Formats: sequence, structure tokens, C-alpha cells
Amino acid sequence: MMWQAVFLSLQVSAVATICALPLAIWVAHVLARKQFRGHGLLNGLVHLPLVLPPVVTGYLLLIVFGKQGAVGGFLYDWFGITLAFRWTGAALAAAIMGFPLMVRAIRLGFEAVDAGLEDAARTLGASRARVFGTVTLPLVMPAILAGAVLGFAKALGEFGATITFVAAIPGQTQTIPSAIYGLLQVPNQESDVIVLVSISVALAMGALVASEWLARRMVAR
Amino acid sequence: MISVQIKKRLGDFALDVGFEAPRGVTAIFGRSGSGKTSVINAIAGLMRPDAGRIVVDGRDLTAVPVHKRNLGVVFQDARLFPHMTVAKNLAYGGAHDSDKIVELLGLGALMNRFPKALSGGEKSRVALGRALMSKPALLLLDEPLAALDAPRKTEILSYLERLRDEMDVPMIYVSHDMSEVARLATTIVIMEAGRVVRAGPMGAVLAHPEAVGLLGARDAGAVLAATVVNHDEAGGLTRLSFDGGDIVLPKVLGAVGQNVRLRIPAQDVILAVERPKGISARNILPVTITALDEAGTGVAVGLQAGASPLLARITTASAHEMHLKVGMEIYAIIKATAVSPEA
Repeated sequence: MMWQAVFLSLQVSAVATICALPLAIWVAHVLARKQFRGHGLLNGLVHLPLVLPPVVTGYLLLIVFGKQGAVGGFLYDWFGITLAFRWTGAALAAAIMGFPLMVRAIRLGFEAVDAGLEDAARTLGASRARVFGTVTLPLVMPAILAGAVLGFAKALGEFGATITFVAAIPGQTQTIPSAIYGLLQVPNQESDVIVLVSISVALAMGALVASEWLARRMVAR
Repeated sequence: MISVQIKKRLGDFALDVGFEAPRGVTAIFGRSGSGKTSVINAIAGLMRPDAGRIVVDGRDLTAVPVHKRNLGVVFQDARLFPHMTVAKNLAYGGAHDSDKIVELLGLGALMNRFPKALSGGEKSRVALGRALMSKPALLLLDEPLAALDAPRKTEILSYLERLRDEMDVPMIYVSHDMSEVARLATTIVIMEAGRVVRAGPMGAVLAHPEAVGLLGARDAGAVLAATVVNHDEAGGLTRLSFDGGDIVLPKVLGAVGQNVRLRIPAQDVILAVERPKGISARNILPVTITALDEAGTGVAVGLQAGASPLLARITTASAHEMHLKVGMEIYAIIKATAVSPEA
């Protein structure tokens, strides 16, 4: 049961990060570079999960994505997809909780890119899409990595929204944090708790070291 | 042929610029803040004017997006892509004439380096090469030498002269340094506070008496075509001939028979009613006064030496005491100055 929680956590966090990353890059780019009405609203919306109590976010997810919910009902009726009380729901919760952290990190990256370089690329005949792919994106890559690691780490540690939205069903939705919490409710499980805590620390450190190494390799060029 | 008409409001600053220039090097000259860079940005398409029309070689670019204008831009800060090698930077906009450009700009040894490992002068050369390889219909240079020290400036200037003479690339060159402009330009556009105050062939604009009031006696003055006659190696002198006479310069410049550009700022010309004797200056030319123009604290004196116009700036008091009049034949004593080889 202990290892199930570890693998499930990794799976949930990886899926959450990979699915949220493209959207986070897009939103970060829009927030960093575009002026439009509703800029502040979008910014607030993105940051909402950061300031809301996680339990509230989980409850809102249940309302919107539950089987009776507006989106959840639609997904179930048309595609037979259920999110509530499934690992996919855990991934959705983790993605939403990690999203503001990813956007913040990546947005700083976009703001740090000299727009003059993009202008220079345009004068050399590159379309906007080519400029983005060949100049902007490579220069923002360290920030994207940093954002992805932050999002992944947040996903690994996400507890409140997850347990509210998908509960803690062993083998299905019980991630490392909810497993630790569950073990702490029963006497004499300290040894398992220590193992899980150690794994948590190791995963977090590993992610940080990996991102640092990748970022350094890119800067070195 | 380049034709530019631009109107743009930028906060308190109003840009209202119009000029036409033939093929060759057109210099946009003016103090910082006069709107020169905005003109370049508008031509390149990086700034959208409120109104106007930009035509290059008969092609109306006004509504064409930046990446389809086919203009090369060399920015003051080079703007090389930091994540690409020199070779990748150069190839970004195309590889037209790449061997020739690499050779001409001496880029061969830099190809595998990243911009971080380049000196200021090397960065400028790579930026220039990158713009050229996209085969631009017009090269826009926005103070490309401003960030360089004097020896690097001279080096890049000679590369630009080779481009002008060997590759026949039309250029618009923005600068606030008259010595650069005098070396390169065929046409000059003088800007002040967002407006064009003078535009035309460089020699005529700079040697016009009004130029003294406009540019000051250091920047105003004749720009002449001259030929190297001989060298006095022992004395380190070069004798140059132009159609108003001979001039001796205290430097050895170019091969005998080579054409050079001679610049004589208005402040470096002294006037005498009679031919002076016992004077250290070596260049004394007989001239005729063609114009007398009050210019602020002094008088701008238009002169004719042979077929060449010269320009001097003297004090109002001197002009009075010497009883200078248009048509008078007098002598101009010239402190020799900037020259550059010209093909």
C-alpha cells in the first residue's frame, strides 16, 4: 500500500505537470506580453488557487467536475469520463494547484527576454511563430523548467484539494501526503511514515537538483 | 530611391519627417532625442506611424509586415541571439553571398563562438554580416558604432566603406557623429526635435553657410573629393589635390593616385585679406567670398576655391574689421583634418 501511494503520486504529478505546462506557457506569455481588457481578471483567476484554502478549491472542483457538476456531467454523458474520486481527478486537482506557481515562474522568464531580440529576428524575415519557436522559447526554457519543477513539487505535496475532490482511496487516489496522513491516524505505523517522509524529501530534492543541472547546462552555452 | 513620409505622436514628442534619397548611403544626423531611431524603426516596420508612406525602390512598404519588408537592420546593441553560435546567428535570415560576406567582414575565425565570447567590435561585425546575408533591399544602421571605442570605430567604418564600394548596398545610417557621416554618406538628412531641417547631397548641405548655425562650426564645413599626389615620407606628409588647389596633411594616407574624402570643418578655416607670410600653416588657398551669413555669435563665410565650396566661421568683429564683402578675393588658411579613402 505504501509503494502504491508513491507510484500513484509520481503518476499524478507527472500527468498534472505535463498537461498543465503548455497552457501555463501560453498564459504566462499572454500575461507578460499582451495588453488587453481583462488582463487583471485573468491574472487574478490564475492566482486564485494560491490564495484560496485548498479545501475550498477541492469543493469547487467537486461542484464543477463532479458527476452532477456542469463540466463533470457533460464529460460523463458524452465521453464516459469520470474525474471525481479517480486518479485523473487527483491529477486535475494537482494541476490546478500547481498552475499559479508555473505561470509565475514562466512569466518572469518571458519578461526577462529582450523584446529587441525578437524585433531583430522579425527584421531578418522570421514570422511571429518562427520568432517564438527559435528565439523566445529557447531563451525562456530555463524559466519553463523552473516552473515545471515547482509545479511538479507542488503536485507531489498537494493534499487539501485532492482529498476533498477525490478522497484517499488506497490504490486509486491515495497519494503520498494522504497516505502519510492516513498512517498517522493509526497507532504504531511510524516506520512506514518515516519511509514515506524520506521518499518525499528525496523526490523534492531530486527534482530541484535535476532542474538546477538542466538550467546550468543551458546557461553554459 | 527611398521616399519616407512619417507622422507619429509619441507622448509629448511629435515626429513629422519627410525626405527622399537616391541610392547610396543616406545619413540621418541629429542630436540624441531628435527622433532618428524612430525613423529607422518606422522604416523597418517596428513602429507603426500614425500616417505616412514608405517607399523603397518603388515598393510601397507602408502596409507590409516587418518580416516581409526585406530590410536589414543593424542595431546599436548588435542584438545577436545569445543561444546561437555566430554561424547560426549569421544564417538566421538567409545565407545569401555568405562566403563573400564572411570574407569581407573577417568572420571566419568566429563561427563556432557564442555572442558572449565576442568583443564589441566582433559583435558589430557579426550583426552587420547577419543583416547582409538576408539580402536586404536596404540596410538600416542605427548608430552601429556608438558602443565602440575609437580604434574599433575606425575598423568598422572601413568595413562599411567596403560594403558601400564593393557590394553596392544602399544604406540609411543614423549617427550623431559628423566624422562618421562625412566618411560614409552621399546624402544627409539633418533632424531636430522630430523634424527634418535640411536634406540633400552631403557636400552641398554641409558647405552651405546656413549649416554653421544649424550644426555648429565643428560639424559644418566642406567635404571635398581629393586625390593623393605624393608622399613626403621623411616629413610624414601627404599632398592632396582637389580642384581648388593642393592641401598638405601631416599623415601618410592612401596610395598615390587614390581618391580620398577631405573634410574641412568651418572652425578650422582662418581668413586673411592678404597672403600671410611667416606663418606655420602650410595650406593657404586663394578663395572668393560667395556668401556672408550671420550665424549666432559669428559670421559664416561661404567661399569658393576653384569649383569647390568651402565654409569658414569667424567672429562678427573680425568680419567688420576686415571689411569682408561678397565677391572679395581673399586667402583661406586651412588646418588640415579628417579624411578617408574612397573608391
